[in-house]
Amino acid sequence: MAYNMKEIIANKPSRFSEGHRMCAGCGAPVVARHILRALKEEDHAVIANATGCMEVSTFTYPYTAWTDSFIHTAFECAGSTLSGVEAAYKSLKKQGKLDEKEDEHTKFIAFGGDGGTYDIGIQALSGAMERGHNLTYVCYDNGAYMNTGIQRSSATPRFADTTTSPAGKVIPGKMQSRKDLTEILVSHHIPYAAQTIAFMDFRDLYEKAEKAIYTDGPTFLNVFSPCPRGWGYPTEDLMEINKLAVQTCYWPLYEVVDGKYKITYKPAKKLPIEEFLKPQKRFRHMFKEGNEWMIEEFQKEVDRRWNDLLALEEMSNKE
Amino acid sequence: MSIRERLSGNEASAFAMRQINPDVVAAFPITPSTEIPQYFSTFVANGAVDTEFVAVESEHSAMSACIGAEAAGARAMTATSANGLSLMWEMIYIASSLRLPIVMSLVNRAVSGPLNIHNDHSDAMGVRDSGWIMLFSENNQEAYDNLLMAHRIAEHKDVMLPLMVCQDGFITSHSIENIMLEEDSEVKKFVGTYKPEHYLLNRKEPIAVGPLDLQAYLFEHKAQQAKAMKNAKQVILDTAKDFEAWTGRHYGLFEEYKLADSELAIVCMNSTAGTAKYTVDRLREKGIKAGLLKVRVYRPFPAEEIAKALSKCKAVAVLDKSDSLNAAGGALFTDVTSGMFVNNINVPTVNYVYGIGGRDVPSTDIESVYTDLAEIAKTGNIGNPYRYLGLRTKEGK
Repeated sequence: MAYNMKEIIANKPSRFSEGHRMCAGCGAPVVARHILRALKEEDHAVIANATGCMEVSTFTYPYTAWTDSFIHTAFECAGSTLSGVEAAYKSLKKQGKLDEKEDEHTKFIAFGGDGGTYDIGIQALSGAMERGHNLTYVCYDNGAYMNTGIQRSSATPRFADTTTSPAGKVIPGKMQSRKDLTEILVSHHIPYAAQTIAFMDFRDLYEKAEKAIYTDGPTFLNVFSPCPRGWGYPTEDLMEINKLAVQTCYWPLYEVVDGKYKITYKPAKKLPIEEFLKPQKRFRHMFKEGNEWMIEEFQKEVDRRWNDLLALEEMSNKE
Repeated sequence: MSIRERLSGNEASAFAMRQINPDVVAAFPITPSTEIPQYFSTFVANGAVDTEFVAVESEHSAMSACIGAEAAGARAMTATSANGLSLMWEMIYIASSLRLPIVMSLVNRAVSGPLNIHNDHSDAMGVRDSGWIMLFSENNQEAYDNLLMAHRIAEHKDVMLPLMVCQDGFITSHSIENIMLEEDSEVKKFVGTYKPEHYLLNRKEPIAVGPLDLQAYLFEHKAQQAKAMKNAKQVILDTAKDFEAWTGRHYGLFEEYKLADSELAIVCMNSTAGTAKYTVDRLREKGIKAGLLKVRVYRPFPAEEIAKALSKCKAVAVLDKSDSLNAAGGALFTDVTSGMFVNNINVPTVNYVYGIGGRDVPSTDIESVYTDLAEIAKTGNIGNPYRYLGLRTKEGK
C-alpha cells in the first residue's frame, strides 16, 4: 500500500499523547510520534529512553505521554537497558511464560538524544548492536546537550555557538567537525541503519521507521531533530529548517541495508550551505565581515561528506 | 536428601544459579567473580538452564540490562567484584529505587586504587546505603544457602528490593571446601516462581518505569523504600525458618558463637569469622571467656538486636575489612556503636581496620585483639578507639 500521510494519521491512533512538556517548535516529539505510527496496531512496544529533554518532558511523575510500556533508567544506558528487556522477552517467550498470541509481537525501540547516543551512551549502544538484540535504536540528533542548557556534543557542527563552545573573540564557536555516528553504526554490520528526517509528507521517516522496526536484529535510525532554543530559529520554522538541512545536503537521507547504501533523496538543486546556516542564531557570527572563510570551510566539509556518500552508494551496489 | 560435595565459593554460587534457573543473567568478567558467569555460561551452552545470558560490554551495562530484564517481568541475576561494582554504582541505586528484586553475587575485593585484586570489603561498603539487602557469607556453604534464600526475600511483596550475597574473594570464592547441596527439584520448589504484579511485557497493562520524580513525590517514594528495608528483616527471618525446616541449616540476622557468656567479643563479617571461631576455641581452652558475633544481614542492619547481644560483654572489638578514611572508624564499627548508644548499652568498644587489599589475617592477629580486649575490660581504658590490625608501620600500634 502506497504511503499516505493523511490516511495514516486518520486511521492509526497516536501512541504518543498530547500534553507532554516539550517546547513548541522542537523536532523530537514529531519524530517520536511518527516513528511509533509505523508500529502495527496489534503490536505492543517497549520504549526505552535515555535521560534527556524527551524523557523529562514526557514522563514527569505521575504523568506519562507514552501509551506503550516505557522505561527510563539513566543517561548512558538506553541501549543496555533495552537489551535486558529484549533478553527477558526472548527468555519468557521461549519458556511459554508470556501471554502473547501467535500473531502478536512486542517490539523494542530506544530513543536517545545525541548526548545520550553519540557521547555518553555510545558504549552501551555499540554493545547492544554487536550482541544482535532485536531492537531499534533511534537517535534524535539536535546537535548539543539541550536538556542541560545547550552544551556542545560530538554531534555539534563546526563553528556552532553553544554554552561550552561559545563564539568568543579568540575562538569562534566549536572548532571540531561533527562525528559521523551513522557510519559508526554501519560499521557494526547491522542489517539496517539509516539517516532520516521529518520532511515533506514524512514518508522518508515513516518508511525507514517501519523497515527498522520490522527488520530482524539490531537496527538504527539517526533522525535530524531541530531545537529552537539551542539553534535560535522561530518555532514555526521547524519544517523549513528540516527542508534546508536536506536541500543543502547537510543531512543526507540514506539507508544501508545489509551493507548496501541507498541515498533516498537527492536534491534536484543542491542549495549553498548559507541557506541552512543563516536562519540559525548559533551560526550568526559566521556571517560577520571577515568570517567568510568559516562558511567556505563548512561548505567544503558538507561537499566532502556528500561526495563520499555518493561514492559509497556506487561502490556498495556494484555487482 | 542433601548431597555432599566439594566446591569453591564461585562454583557453589554458579551451582545455586543453575538450580534457581533465572530468566536472564547479564554479567561482565572481573576477578575474582569471573568464574561465576563463566561456569554459568557453560550451563547455558549445554542447555541446563532456560536463561538468556547477556554477555554485556561493561558492568554498567550488566546492571542496566538486569534492570531492564527485571522490569520486563523476568528474574535477573548478575555477579561482580570491586571496580565492577563501582562502575555499576549509578545503576545500583536505580535498581533499588525502581523496586526490582535483582539478585547479585558480590565476590568482595578491594576497590582501586591502586589496583589490587584481593579481598577486602571496600566494594560492599561503598554501596551500603544504596537500598540493597546485603547478606554476608562465611564460607561456600553460606554463599550457596544465601543465594537459595535470596529470591524469596527480595521478591516478597512487603520487600521488593534487590539483594546481594557477599563472599570473600579468593579466600572463599576460590577455596574448595566441603558443602551440602540440595536437590534441583527441592530448590525449585523452595525458590518458587516469580509473578510480578506490574511489568513492561504485560501488553494488557502497559506501564511506565523510571520517571522524573520531583519535589512533590520523591521524598514519599524514598520513605517507601526505607519501609521496605525495615520490612525485610522479618522476611529474612521467616525465610530462614522455612529454610531450616527444609535443610536443617540455621540462619539468623547474625551468628552468635560462644557469645552468651562471653566477656570479650569480636564482631566481624565473612571468612574472618572462621579464623575467629578457631581462636575463640583455643582461648576457651585456656579459660578465657571469648566470643564472636558474625554479622550475616548487614542491610537491613539489625542495630538493636546486635546491641542487645553484646550488652553483657565487658569489651567489644569491631573488625572492619574496609577503612572508611573518615578519621572516625570503619562502617561496621560506627553502625554497631551507634546501635549500642541508642539502645543505652555502654560497653567499651574499639575498632580494628584489618585485612586491607588481601593482607592475611592469621589467628595470632585475632588472638592479639582478645588480649587487647582483656586489658580494656580490666582497666576500662579504651585508648585509641580506631586501630589497625596487621599493619607493618607504627600506625598499627
